[in-house]
Amino acid sequence: MEEKDEGGHAEPLDLVRLCLDEVVVVRLRGNRELKGRLHAYDSHCNLVLGEVEETIYIVEEEEEDEQSHVRIVKKQSEMLFVRGDSVVLIAPAEGIQDLRS
Amino acid sequence: MSTPEQEAKPLENGEGEGGDPSGFLTDILGSDVTVKLNSGIVFTGTLQSVDGYMNIALEGAREYLDGYAVRQYGDSFIRGNNVSYISAGKSPNLKN
Repeated sequence: MEEKDEGGHAEPLDLVRLCLDEVVVVRLRGNRELKGRLHAYDSHCNLVLGEVEETIYIVEEEEEDEQSHVRIVKKQSEMLFVRGDSVVLIAPAEGIQDLRS
Repeated sequence: MSTPEQEAKPLENGEGEGGDPSGFLTDILGSDVTVKLNSGIVFTGTLQSVDGYMNIALEGAREYLDGYAVRQYGDSFIRGNNVSYISAGKSPNLKN
């Protein structure tokens, strides 16, 4: 407890605890992403999210011109339970910036 | 017959010459790191904390895809099972 008091978090999940009731972005396996309000979490990263928007990035390879397009599908859900094993990243939505031009 | 290597004392709790891997992680807390995930995505940022699952908290994380920055995060939590490596310092072959 007293060891790490230099403004950092004692453990990574503390960062998730600070996101409770805030809007978070959750990156999932399989090019999926969720944005919603974090209602609950546990040590497995099982999550309960409310007012969720799911974004699915589908890469479509076009063999002729070797170009790949990313098709984006969005889905809305009122409330969602996410099983922890598909979670890759959790971050507060506030403070996320797109750097792609 | 035993070679000199075999005679070396076993490492106690990683305190010997070999050190222990998680000791390295605690040593680099607070410094800039590069984290590569199994999917190939690379993150850089300041390492805030690590736990036994290798879950990671990064401050000011930046996400790179094929070497190009795609996104900036304030703080981010990365679930440990996705981590391929954690490298001290910023990787030189990343743009932006």
